[in-house]
Amino acid sequence: MDILNALVAFTNFVGVPAIAYGSQLALGALGVTLVYSVLRFSNFAHGDTMAFGTMITILVTWLFQSWGLSAGPLPTALLALPFGILATMALALVTDRTVYRFYRTQKAKPVVFVMVSLGVMFMMNGLVRFIIGPGDQRFSDGERFLISAREFKAMTGLREGLAIKTTQGITVITAVIVVAILFWFLNKTRTGKSMRAYSDNEDLALLSGINPERVVMYTWLIVATLATIAGVLYGLDKSFKPFTYFQLLLPIFAAAIVGGLGSPVGAIAGGFIIAFSEVTVTYAWKKVLTYIVPEALKPEGLVQLLSTDYKFAVSFTILVIVLLFKPTGLFKGKAV
Amino acid sequence: MSDSVKTSLLFLFVGVLILLEGTTNVLFFSGSWNSALVILNMGLVSAIMALGVNLQWGFAGLFNVGIMGFVALGGLAVVLVSSAPTPGAWTQGGVGIIMALAMGAMSLIAAIAIWRLLEPGKLRTVAMVAVLGVGFFIYRAIFDPSVAGVEAIDPALAGNLGGLGLPVLLAWPAGGLLAAGAAWLIGKTALGLRSDYLAIATLGIAEIIIAVMKNEDWLSRGVKNVIGLPRPMPYEVDLQNDPAFVEQAAGYGLDPILASTLYVKLGYSLMFTIVLLVLLWMAQMALKSPWGRMMRAIRDNEVAAEAMGKNVTKRHLQIFILGSAICGIAGAMMTTLDSQLTPGTYNPLRFTFLIWVMVIVGGSGNNFGSVLGGLLIWFLWIKVEPMGLLLLETVTAGLADGSALKLHLLESASHMRLLTMGLILLLVLRFSPRGLLPEK
Repeated sequence: MDILNALVAFTNFVGVPAIAYGSQLALGALGVTLVYSVLRFSNFAHGDTMAFGTMITILVTWLFQSWGLSAGPLPTALLALPFGILATMALALVTDRTVYRFYRTQKAKPVVFVMVSLGVMFMMNGLVRFIIGPGDQRFSDGERFLISAREFKAMTGLREGLAIKTTQGITVITAVIVVAILFWFLNKTRTGKSMRAYSDNEDLALLSGINPERVVMYTWLIVATLATIAGVLYGLDKSFKPFTYFQLLLPIFAAAIVGGLGSPVGAIAGGFIIAFSEVTVTYAWKKVLTYIVPEALKPEGLVQLLSTDYKFAVSFTILVIVLLFKPTGLFKGKAV
Repeated sequence: MSDSVKTSLLFLFVGVLILLEGTTNVLFFSGSWNSALVILNMGLVSAIMALGVNLQWGFAGLFNVGIMGFVALGGLAVVLVSSAPTPGAWTQGGVGIIMALAMGAMSLIAAIAIWRLLEPGKLRTVAMVAVLGVGFFIYRAIFDPSVAGVEAIDPALAGNLGGLGLPVLLAWPAGGLLAAGAAWLIGKTALGLRSDYLAIATLGIAEIIIAVMKNEDWLSRGVKNVIGLPRPMPYEVDLQNDPAFVEQAAGYGLDPILASTLYVKLGYSLMFTIVLLVLLWMAQMALKSPWGRMMRAIRDNEVAAEAMGKNVTKRHLQIFILGSAICGIAGAMMTTLDSQLTPGTYNPLRFTFLIWVMVIVGGSGNNFGSVLGGLLIWFLWIKVEPMGLLLLETVTAGLADGSALKLHLLESASHMRLLTMGLILLLVLRFSPRGLLPEK
């Protein structure tokens, strides 16, 4: 029984949140990885692209709510999501036309692209703050829990409860669907194949008649979609704040690099690795340990390895370790 | 137009902007000398930071986006050097903390030694992980009670180790040293990486430094802030109570309150200008020296430089440390100017990316360009808000008073800053990628 209680406590406080957070990171890292493999630079504006998409989704959600439109037990934001995606796609394409294309035709060095993306980051960040303000926004509505801790306890008779928030469930399901569609697209469709060809060898792709501008356009469309979905899921699960989204850049980059920049499978694996390590290292293990260690060894403190404010340090340490020992990442990424 | 004329004209332009700020209140100028000096002082500090970044980026092509971390370390140095020691802190746990940190460092060194000395294989991995694991628990076992001891001392006012109580000016070089030490550690691990990996690595380290300063209350009181740090200038109140000063101020026709605030700010401006000029002179000398030429050769073609027998990694480490040290000095100066350390206010947009805008706009590779960029962009950063308000007031003039859109737009004027800085950066990168004062 104690083992079961420990397992439930572990799932409740570590497993479920880490899976949800990992899915959000994976979607974000997929966007970073796609930009890296097709456009060949690290996009520092990705966090703010996520923020922009989420902001539009929130605005449309508010509009729907004022009309009395809702998705029943699901959050209204899911209805608003397509509009957020469309707006972000438009923004990404406009940015590419006005900013990135110039440097692409010039064949500028990757570091110039990174600088340019810093400029874009500033502008998007300013735009988001300008429109919705720098404050915290909560926009999750509908049913709060799939299973609440009390229901779970009543159901199983265990002392520990297991709560799964609706947003966590939605996050995982959406992530699975999105990733499945993405991989189908990349592997089976003509456009997806041309994207991979372009990413593998630009010149060869050009020779075989692939239109680079088209590939770039599709990449931005997909990246905008992924960024918006990742942003909205994160916002539903926690809350939306422009600065937090900017800071998400670090774990997202860490996830993409740990998995191997340019490798979609790596991005997903990286997302979960980062999320699980962040949650396990900053979780206070006391509760779980009290069930499994004998009475005499009961821990006195919280048995927390690091305080939660050091979660950046965790993703970062993993990043450094991977870079030092396996610079191309766990799944062979590529290096420009 | 020759280069030196252009340089002088651009500097003159910034000077005129600051003079206008002091004298007239048309448009977005405030007409207050106090405000002009505040802008000038932070502008000088920013120029020093830009000088440090230019050393790394302009000379050596190192893409460091962790400036905020080094600036914050400089600020920490002010607390450690110049604030008064907390009575009893050392006996109640200070020694323990140092021991724990030494313990942690030793287990890290031991782990590295195992990695280097043993043959690759399962044994090596297991031994290293074991050393690190055991080391961590011993470290926590010594560290936690010591920290609790220190933080228990008068938590409302102190709760930290305090400093050495030395003169605050000593904290400036100390800030440089602290930042240099951190840069050495970071450079040793991260400098071998590709440019954008280095960027992400430095970005992460800066966040970690801030996280440490926010959370380790025994060190810097965390988010409780350290206030009332000693100042190199006298307090305004003391000046106002000093009959000799009041008389002198009256001689210039100034009232004592205004005179005292201006006196203090001018004092800072003078000190900062001296530091800036010294650093600028050193950077210029370095640029012209064989060492500077070698750096630029490495930047332009690493492979060729390496083939010529230059040790690229070592030179990179060297310049990374130097540039970071300059940022550390600037950080210490800034904390001295504020006479408080507020770890919660360090924001990468303001302390890392804004400095980058300064360097790019000024002209990377040109020391004068960085100084110019620092002063000019800082002026804009402060003034974009009133400019934006002015703009939005003009735009919304047609809207009815009290309409929701008008209110929202006027309230959002302060967020124009980031938008404008992004726009400036993009425009400069696109149309004048070498900046206002290009490298020769």
